[in-house]
Amino acid sequence: MARKSTTRRVVISTIGAWFFGFLIFFPILWMVLASFKTELEAFAIPPSFLFFHWTTENYATVQERSDYFHHALNSIIIAGGSTLIAVLIAIPAAWSMAFSPTKRTKDILLWMLSTKMMPPVGVLVPIYLIFKTFGLLDSRAGLIFILCLGNLPIVIWMLFTYFKEIPRDILEAARMDGATIGRELIYVLTPMAIPGLASTMLLNLILAWNEAFWTLNLSTSNAAPLTVFIASYSSPEGLFWAKLSAASTLAIAPIIILGWFSQKQLVRGLTFGAVK
Amino acid sequence: MATRQTQLLARSLLAPAVGLLFIWMIVPLALTLYFSTLHYSLLDPGSESFVGLENFRYFLSDPAFLASLQNTLVLVGSVLALTILLGIPLALLMDQPVIGRNIVRLMVIAPFFVMPTVSALVWKNLLMHPVSGLFAWLAKVFGLTPIDWFTDAPLFAVILIVAWQWLPFATLILLTALQSLDEEQKEAAEMDGASAVSTFIYITLPHLARPITVVILIETIFLLTVFAEIFVTTGGGPGLQTTNIAFLIYSQALIQFDVGSASAGGLVAVVIANVVAFFLVRIVGRNLET
Repeated sequence: MARKSTTRRVVISTIGAWFFGFLIFFPILWMVLASFKTELEAFAIPPSFLFFHWTTENYATVQERSDYFHHALNSIIIAGGSTLIAVLIAIPAAWSMAFSPTKRTKDILLWMLSTKMMPPVGVLVPIYLIFKTFGLLDSRAGLIFILCLGNLPIVIWMLFTYFKEIPRDILEAARMDGATIGRELIYVLTPMAIPGLASTMLLNLILAWNEAFWTLNLSTSNAAPLTVFIASYSSPEGLFWAKLSAASTLAIAPIIILGWFSQKQLVRGLTFGAVK
Repeated sequence: MATRQTQLLARSLLAPAVGLLFIWMIVPLALTLYFSTLHYSLLDPGSESFVGLENFRYFLSDPAFLASLQNTLVLVGSVLALTILLGIPLALLMDQPVIGRNIVRLMVIAPFFVMPTVSALVWKNLLMHPVSGLFAWLAKVFGLTPIDWFTDAPLFAVILIVAWQWLPFATLILLTALQSLDEEQKEAAEMDGASAVSTFIYITLPHLARPITVVILIETIFLLTVFAEIFVTTGGGPGLQTTNIAFLIYSQALIQFDVGSASAGGLVAVVIANVVAFFLVRIVGRNLET
């Protein structure tokens, strides 16, 4: 930033950026405000922006009537479980490709990427029938399994790009000192890989939390995560906006906060390292 | 460095991931291919019979297919255009010396983290409702007639919602790319008397070419299979006006229980996605060399 920035330029760009930033953020803000209104006020025209009767009643009602925590727990178990399993499978694979690359490593990586390109709807029918046959419909295990496989390519890719940045000299020094591969993995590589590992898990958690194709098609009530729970608000017309907003706010708040922490790694993860 | 032993170890470490992904890719796809050649309805179990390419003929000649293909193309094209045409100026603006840039950035990125079912329902009810939505109120304030979004312009309403979700993605990637642009190059151009416009056209835009390509390809892959937003707002309607390929296949499989035809449709979707994937894989692969 060596260019000189005149005061006028700073003022104009600041006002512009804040205006458009606010505009983009507004639907979320509007939803959060609605969640603190009564149903009548949420529906009222002209709308009240700040001077309404603030209430937290909707949050209590959402839990009472629809068992919000059951679905939140499902989301946590499904997103967390699939992330954890994906990472456990991906670490050895990414480690192997980053540190013992062969001629085929590049092809394998690109092939993995291409599995992510397969549209889920292309395999909806067989997956649905397999799930039906094995009693996996509306089960957490089934969803964990599907989301884990769906995100595995991204996890491997991200870990691979992070592992690649770990200097090899350190590993060789450890090897010279007689470290076995197991020890090398645990004592040398893991500590250096933790930041990359953390951001990989974070991104995967966000993707799994918001996944709304498989969850909508393969779960209805018992295993239904928040995506499906919110979708159940789509049918009834009428005075339910404040409750919808309260449920939605609860459903997205944790992930928005996590997302804000991971925004730097997001670009890298979602573009498979093509933009850093 | 690579002794035979470490090579063997490296392979065995890679095997589980490769094996799983291989099964994940081959088994369902093979089943889809197999089902697509059968007359197979879940409502009429036991009546499965081989029909060759009959399902493809049926799916591809169904007027719903052409309608949904058109909707898919319009949806993908419009969202791409909106996110890139708005994303470039937005990223340029945020690359300026802005006070509180981090907070602005948080606000801009936020929609990307909102789960699709939430954004669709919030837009449908709180913003786009023809009587009590905020847009209807705004229209009245400015003396216009409120639009009944999901009746009069259902596909456009879906496009707006999806574009809102993907604008942060495009902006974030373009901004990241802008920040890696060499400042000295721009300075030199300015010193040589280049105007802001020509600096943009001859230096910034070429620098953005690759990230824009990446945005287009990645968004296309996700946009081809937009589902939840349609599922909770319009259910594909009114008529077929918001049915895209993904939703058409879903409704054939899980509403009409026609496994054969849905499988044929699924394969059509795979072929379309693969055309896009081919180009993306090539771009990413080129980047892997360096």
